[in-house]
Amino acid sequence: MARPDTDALPASLMGGILRDAALYALVAFGLCVPLVAYRMDPGPGSDLVLVPRWGLVAILCAVTFGLRLLQRLLLLRRDARRALAPSPAQATEAVGAEPDAGQKVSKVGLWVFVAVAASLPILATLATGDLGSARYWIDLGILILTYVMLGWGLNIVVGLAGLLDLGYVAFYAVGAYSYALLSTTFGLSFWVCLPLAGLFAGLWGMLLGFPVLRLRGDYLAIVTLAFGEIIRLVLINWTDVTGGSAGISSIPRATFFGIPFSADEDGFAARFGLDYDSMHRVVFLYYLILVLALITNFVTLRLRRLPIGRAWEALREDEIACRSLGIDTTATKLTAFALGAAFGGIAGSFFAVRQGFISPESFTFLESAIILAIVVLGGMGSQFGVAIAAVAMVAGPEMLRNLGGLKAVFGEGFDPSEYRLLLFGLAMVAMMVWRPRGLISVRMPSVTLGERRAISGAHVSEGHG
Amino acid sequence: MDVFVQQLINGLTLGSIYGLIAIGYTMVFGIIGMVNFAHGDVFMVSCFIALIAFLLLTTWLGISSIILAFLVVLVVAMALTALWGWAIERVAYRPLRGSFRLAPLISAIGVSIFLSNFVQVVQGARNKSMPPVLSGGVTLFERDGYAVFLSYKQCLIMGVTAVLLTGFWYLVQRTPFGRAQRACEQDRKMAALLGIDVDRTISLTFVLGAALAAVAGVLYVMYYGVVSFSDGFVPGVKAFTAAVLGGIGSLPGAVLGGLIIGLIETFWSAYFSIEYKDVAAFSILAIVLIFMPSGILGRPEVEKV
Amino acid sequence: MAAPVLTVDHLTMRFGGLTAVSDLSFSAKAGDITALIGPNGAGKTTVFNCITGFYKPTEGMLTLTHADGSAHLLERLPNHAVNRTARVARTFQNIRLFPGMTVLENLLVAQHKTLMRASGYTVLGLLGFKGFRNAEKAAIEKARGWLSRIDLLSRADEPAGALPYGAQRRLEIARAMCTDPVLLCLDEPAAGLNPRESAELNTLLRHIRDHEGTSVLLIEHDMSVVMEISDHIVVLDYGKKIADGTPEEIRTNPSVIAAYLGVEDEEVEAVEAEVGLSLPHEGAPA
Repeated sequence: MARPDTDALPASLMGGILRDAALYALVAFGLCVPLVAYRMDPGPGSDLVLVPRWGLVAILCAVTFGLRLLQRLLLLRRDARRALAPSPAQATEAVGAEPDAGQKVSKVGLWVFVAVAASLPILATLATGDLGSARYWIDLGILILTYVMLGWGLNIVVGLAGLLDLGYVAFYAVGAYSYALLSTTFGLSFWVCLPLAGLFAGLWGMLLGFPVLRLRGDYLAIVTLAFGEIIRLVLINWTDVTGGSAGISSIPRATFFGIPFSADEDGFAARFGLDYDSMHRVVFLYYLILVLALITNFVTLRLRRLPIGRAWEALREDEIACRSLGIDTTATKLTAFALGAAFGGIAGSFFAVRQGFISPESFTFLESAIILAIVVLGGMGSQFGVAIAAVAMVAGPEMLRNLGGLKAVFGEGFDPSEYRLLLFGLAMVAMMVWRPRGLISVRMPSVTLGERRAISGAHVSEGHG
Repeated sequence: MDVFVQQLINGLTLGSIYGLIAIGYTMVFGIIGMVNFAHGDVFMVSCFIALIAFLLLTTWLGISSIILAFLVVLVVAMALTALWGWAIERVAYRPLRGSFRLAPLISAIGVSIFLSNFVQVVQGARNKSMPPVLSGGVTLFERDGYAVFLSYKQCLIMGVTAVLLTGFWYLVQRTPFGRAQRACEQDRKMAALLGIDVDRTISLTFVLGAALAAVAGVLYVMYYGVVSFSDGFVPGVKAFTAAVLGGIGSLPGAVLGGLIIGLIETFWSAYFSIEYKDVAAFSILAIVLIFMPSGILGRPEVEKV
Repeated sequence: MAAPVLTVDHLTMRFGGLTAVSDLSFSAKAGDITALIGPNGAGKTTVFNCITGFYKPTEGMLTLTHADGSAHLLERLPNHAVNRTARVARTFQNIRLFPGMTVLENLLVAQHKTLMRASGYTVLGLLGFKGFRNAEKAAIEKARGWLSRIDLLSRADEPAGALPYGAQRRLEIARAMCTDPVLLCLDEPAAGLNPRESAELNTLLRHIRDHEGTSVLLIEHDMSVVMEISDHIVVLDYGKKIADGTPEEIRTNPSVIAAYLGVEDEEVEAVEAEVGLSLPHEGAPA
């Protein structure tokens, strides 16, 4: 067994590690050739010109070599430590220790999250000096909360009922287009459209859900993906109604329950005796999405303790057993699907009212993947986990934009936000390898005789789809 | 009738390409029961590798024989794409074996997003077009001014597909690897107990799937002459549809499904509307999964209680 | 003479070319424990799956009669309705609990129908109506009753997946009983139990028969269980019924012995001689 101090590594062991790292570098080299080594640039005429970039390949291989070496050495140290002092936690890793921590975090965490979210506009104003400069943070907050709401909505379908839905963005689109079309063609107000959008999306959820819900696992995922794409393609091609790829613009803005946010005397500012500030609407939108998200959360938490919620979870655990207990699994799945869709639709109509413009561009498969990643990273079924994951997934890439300083290192052409999705894809893989059950993998029982204690994720099934 | 024959030729060409990609889906699904969502993007990567290799050969090394260039590109693309397939399995899927069931699918979605954006970052977002090669062909017959045309490219595509599929069929049916592969499909645990190196077999499955996708990639680039970083998704979904239609897990099914999807797509575009051709593909996917999930040549599944 | 609770008429089940059950007819009397036995692959579980709606039989009729005389044709009901309306509950050979839910939650899921109705199909429950809360309390009390009967009260809040094997078996039976079944179908309830647990199971099953008014149909390999608690035994081999009778009749039936020892029909006499039996072939089918 190797001794913990790496200085005294036997030469043969070190040689093995070096060889292993070199092998990794070699594979990296193979992967980079010729994709990285030659960049195809448009040359004179219509032909492509190859621009060699062997330096970059060398850097990538060196980085791979270094990282692998580091990883092996770190693992070596850890293994050596474990070998010397076997911890009791090791044997029961799947069941032990972790739940308590997760339990405490998720109990308090949701409240902390709500408190921080509720005070964000104030905090941002205080931190940046005035309301106008806080706009960036409030906008970011709106974006995050939209994904929190979407995540919580999808969590009903994926986390509770265990149905893998890869086309969730379709319902988001249905909600957005319902509001956009109802308001621009019939002049209906946002407050009428909001529930209608939820209703429409829910109906679509039932319509699409009905034929597919008897499919198992991956098939369900693929069919929902197909439906999501069909809806997007129809939105693009049905130009008469949806405006095609150009989308729908000049969608009416949100009003303060009928009072517009305008500078004139009927406007919000004048009515409430405030000085007009365009930020009023932004702050209002912020609190609107916060309330919508919290309603989603409240309803979900409430439903979890009702028979329907328990039936969803039972369905995720074992569908066949559910049927043997007289539970109509199709109807139960359908309610989960429709409810998740309805929340997605409501979020969609919020999206439309905030943007004032929508187009099929906003409803690609990637959006579905991001929302799903939020739910899975959060820990399926955990409301707080989903909220944290949404913050990480949305704010993280946003932070990349601020890394302009890296330009000094990588040259002027370097745009960190270009790497947003690349890193996002890597993060998805990494988190599956590192924590497949998400950040918070414990499950709280919906009802107890005694004290409420969390259930380790090791027991909880992930559903058949 | 003439239009029909022409579309038949075009459809079979396209179908050959889908069939080659579909084999990768069907084999991986057969052996580890996962939908390798990133397979379409592996195909896209192979298109880029092929294009670069081709440009290198013709402009830098000045190889003038198209057939020689084609063969070299084919071999290079197959080898390098196979390496990608191997590496992806190793990094993104193998650590998840035995993990919860959705993990590989989500990881695969991550790989898919990574690959398309990786290519976008290193090669730029613009479409890459290839100088036309192997133009010309033979006019099969001509009537009322409409000529049914079979291009050399189409001949080559169908020919290469046929030859490679035969070789591949031999590999799976007659070699020890093929036996191991089929054994793992039936029962992975038992295969391991009988001394089959399951990890290695799975790795090889990915390698083979990627290599066949690379063949499809080379043919695709040559046929259409243009490729972009986002070109993995739609052909990927169509090939997956082909695999499901043919009966997922069945190799002849994948090829058959590919041909059917290719034919449906070209006929749909010719006789209905070209805008909705992708809608047609997705609809077929949904309809097949809902109404005949075991496909044409697949085994029906009995629910185990 | 009690009326039959379950009548199986000419049941045939084919999978492709394989006939798993062929022209099987038998009936289970109300208030009885009926056992379905037979060697491996005899088609017992297939019969179960037909009765409980998981398979649609190729041919045949399955009638379930309630105490009030109402009859339900099981083969025509959708899967979940076999439990919901015909009130047939079952357990599974490889236990199917909801492993990530607590023991108590498992028993509440089983009372879904009652609780759903009480929660006004979720609407009233969502609004926090009192009627639902009372119904839930009653459901918890019922669960508590079963938990103390199967000796799991102290583990009510633990995940079902963390229970030892024997406890999981008992819980699955209690869960099935929480659906208020008329007929309880148990697929190898004693498999994997130690002798003490096996004895406890017998007590539990007798309690269900005598005090809950539920008839029991069970598949079992453990002959000590079968012979001790069954009122009636049906023997299957190769998808056909080879014997039908009381435990005493079955114990001495030569066809049964032959089936279990795996000998040809011609050798039955030889086997009888070995075992020391010389009974007429009464229980055997024509």
